Amino acid sequence: MNQSQSQSQDTVFHRNPLLLSRYAEALYWFARYMERIENLARILDVTDTFVRHGVDQSGWRSVIQINADEDRFTKLYGTANAENVARFYLVDRDNPTSILSSLFAARENARTLRPLISTEMWAQINVFYNRVRRLTEADAAPSRVSGLCAYFKEQCQAHAGIADGTFYRDQSWAFYCIGKYIERGDQTSRLVDIKYHTLLPSVDDVGSALDVSQWHALLRAASGYQAYRRINPSYMTPSSVAGFLLMNHSFPRSVTLCVRQIEYFLTQLSSGYGLRGAYAAQERLDELRAALMDQTIQQILARGLHEFLDWVQLQFIALQDAIAASFWRKLETTQSQSQAQ
Amino acid sequence: MNGLLDGYNKGAFFCELMDCAAHDPAVALIAERLAAMDPAELERRARIAEIELFNQGITFTVYSDKDAIDRILPFDLIPRVLTAREWDVLERGVRQRVAALNAFIWDIYHDQKILKDGFVPAPLVLGNANYRPEMVGLNVPHGTYVHVCGVDIIRDENGKFLVLEDNARTPSGVSYVIENRNMMRRIFPDLMDGIAVRPVGSYGMMLQAALAEIAPADVPDPQVVLLSPGIYNSAYFEHIFLAREMGVPLVEGNDLVVQNDRVWMRTTAGLAPVHAIYRRLNDDFLDPDVFRPDSTLGVRGLIDVWRRGNVAIANAVGTGVADDKAIYAYMPRIIRYYLSEDAILPNVETHICGEPGGLAYTLANLEKLVVKPVGESGGYGLIIGPHATRDEIAAFRTQLQNDPANYISQPMISLSVSPTLAGHKLLPRHVDLRPFAITGRKTWVLPGGLTRVALREGSLVVNSSQGGGSKDTWVLE
Repeated sequence: MNQSQSQSQDTVFHRNPLLLSRYAEALYWFARYMERIENLARILDVTDTFVRHGVDQSGWRSVIQINADEDRFTKLYGTANAENVARFYLVDRDNPTSILSSLFAARENARTLRPLISTEMWAQINVFYNRVRRLTEADAAPSRVSGLCAYFKEQCQAHAGIADGTFYRDQSWAFYCIGKYIERGDQTSRLVDIKYHTLLPSVDDVGSALDVSQWHALLRAASGYQAYRRINPSYMTPSSVAGFLLMNHSFPRSVTLCVRQIEYFLTQLSSGYGLRGAYAAQERLDELRAALMDQTIQQILARGLHEFLDWVQLQFIALQDAIAASFWRKLETTQSQSQAQ
Repeated sequence: MNGLLDGYNKGAFFCELMDCAAHDPAVALIAERLAAMDPAELERRARIAEIELFNQGITFTVYSDKDAIDRILPFDLIPRVLTAREWDVLERGVRQRVAALNAFIWDIYHDQKILKDGFVPAPLVLGNANYRPEMVGLNVPHGTYVHVCGVDIIRDENGKFLVLEDNARTPSGVSYVIENRNMMRRIFPDLMDGIAVRPVGSYGMMLQAALAEIAPADVPDPQVVLLSPGIYNSAYFEHIFLAREMGVPLVEGNDLVVQNDRVWMRTTAGLAPVHAIYRRLNDDFLDPDVFRPDSTLGVRGLIDVWRRGNVAIANAVGTGVADDKAIYAYMPRIIRYYLSEDAILPNVETHICGEPGGLAYTLANLEKLVVKPVGESGGYGLIIGPHATRDEIAAFRTQLQNDPANYISQPMISLSVSPTLAGHKLLPRHVDLRPFAITGRKTWVLPGGLTRVALREGSLVVNSSQGGGSKDTWVLE
């Protein structure tokens, strides 16, 4: 870098606060872990309710499927019943996908970010973690699952509220939000992927009366039941539920809305903060957005929902890779290169 | 006086509160308010304070395999009060000490006049493990090496301030000075009500300004960073705190890179220039090219950039030789040598066994003295005369006579006491004081300092690892 370049960069840097790459990565993961905790708590809570009422017998198994934990779970716990699944996902420190493990990871990222985030934001996750780390297996007993999940959701929402109210809106906020919406979009796509096929009547059943309560459960797991009812007061079909969760433009947990939010924050990075590193990710996202905008749910179903959602999940992974490559991973390469010199 | 301070017995020691209350109306008022407190209410507030410190993460963290457990530094909510007159002595004394330290360090890395003149034995300096030959001939901005200095001060039974130790490398604890004040404002506003206490909140701004003053002169708006070893360091909270108070990024070694004789930090917008580094990393770890080659915490090539004057580092490399026990004994002479003044804050009485008079005195009084090895050559340990057996003293005598230059001796020190909440009572507990001085062009001393308190009855050990806590330190206007 020559002198004149570095001087012109100085001017840009001082207009917008600089963000260390390490912080950008920690922000992204902090948000992802917090979002993951909330989603997992929602799914466990709804599963608990509906299995209890005999509505959804496949419930506990599908929680494991959504998190792609079948092998590990079977080896450690065997039967997918309420007791085992709750213990595995709520308080098992050895399970990297448990709420306790996610919360630990979120807090360690927050620890890295303490110079950046508000004291209240740190104090909240600190208190949250210190309570959760003291939970025992008895606290995850089936009769307590619902109450515990309510507590987790409430704490995640408190986190979101404090973030919203105290987080300085510069590029760090964009990295935080991108992490949040990638996790949320990914979670919703997994939920639909697993549940749709479990709940869909077999070909022989087509035309028979639909057990709508199972679809209620699916909507509730995504906190979308009331919104769905409002816009579809007169009917409930599997395709309309899938369409709502994947493609609705106003429902905060739909895949489409998440993609649009990611798009907004990537544009903030590239246009608002002049970070050219966002271009590659924007290109990645264009493809995903097009796939969601340019088809109807019927077309997707006809071509194969599972294949489509599989592809969506791969797109999210590719998107994350593009962001990491531009904003933090690439720099590790630079470092190893400079060390080799 | 009655109430909570009834029967308070300071013993043979100077009491920070009661001995000042006698002649200072503001201190008397504080003592009166404390005496009138309900002990249960004090205990309640103490509990709240501890919970808040824990929840806010004003802690150090102990890592195990799968968990990270935070611990607080115990906080005593009874403040340690210094009058304006007392503070005037401390402030001038600390300022003088910092000036002498900087002059001394400049000299030993340049002309070595003080060594040539025989005021300090050359082997003590040149053979010291913390003497850095890499520093010889290097000029640092404003001649400042010790940008942040913490001076450990105790008080004898007459209330006289004595310096116990200089900390000229990376002294820690200042975050507690400021957080303790924040805590007192929240939980004890009624004690402070109407009493003019000098504020401590500007420390971060002063430190940032000092770093900007030592940055390369041609940079109009220098980028300052705080370099931390990372979250596993026990002082990580302080690093966070200072980075926030200074308004600068907290970086780790991997965030920085040297290219084209400059230091850069890795940001989302690419590499951005760094002009001044407040480092909380020991010399040894700063640059694997110059010091420990296995260090992963530092920045390869950093020292070279620094030597070229393209980045500032605070504190400078090589200050460790000046806060060594061996040099401490010579500080009164060092002050006189460079400043032609007597030390405003005297040392604890110290006898240099490397000199005939000091050795003779020490040998004659072994059973009364604490004898300490100096420099990094130790390993023979120290001896506490009053606690040693006759045989131990005899054995030590031989050891001392064989290698007198390796020892200094001091009388048993006494620390002042301060009323401290113990259960539902206020009891005298020993305290020390560490004021902090910041020096860029000029020296500024934070009005107050870290008061550490030995929470165990009779204990003189104020270190947090051995049952020490801290108090808010009030400097009255």
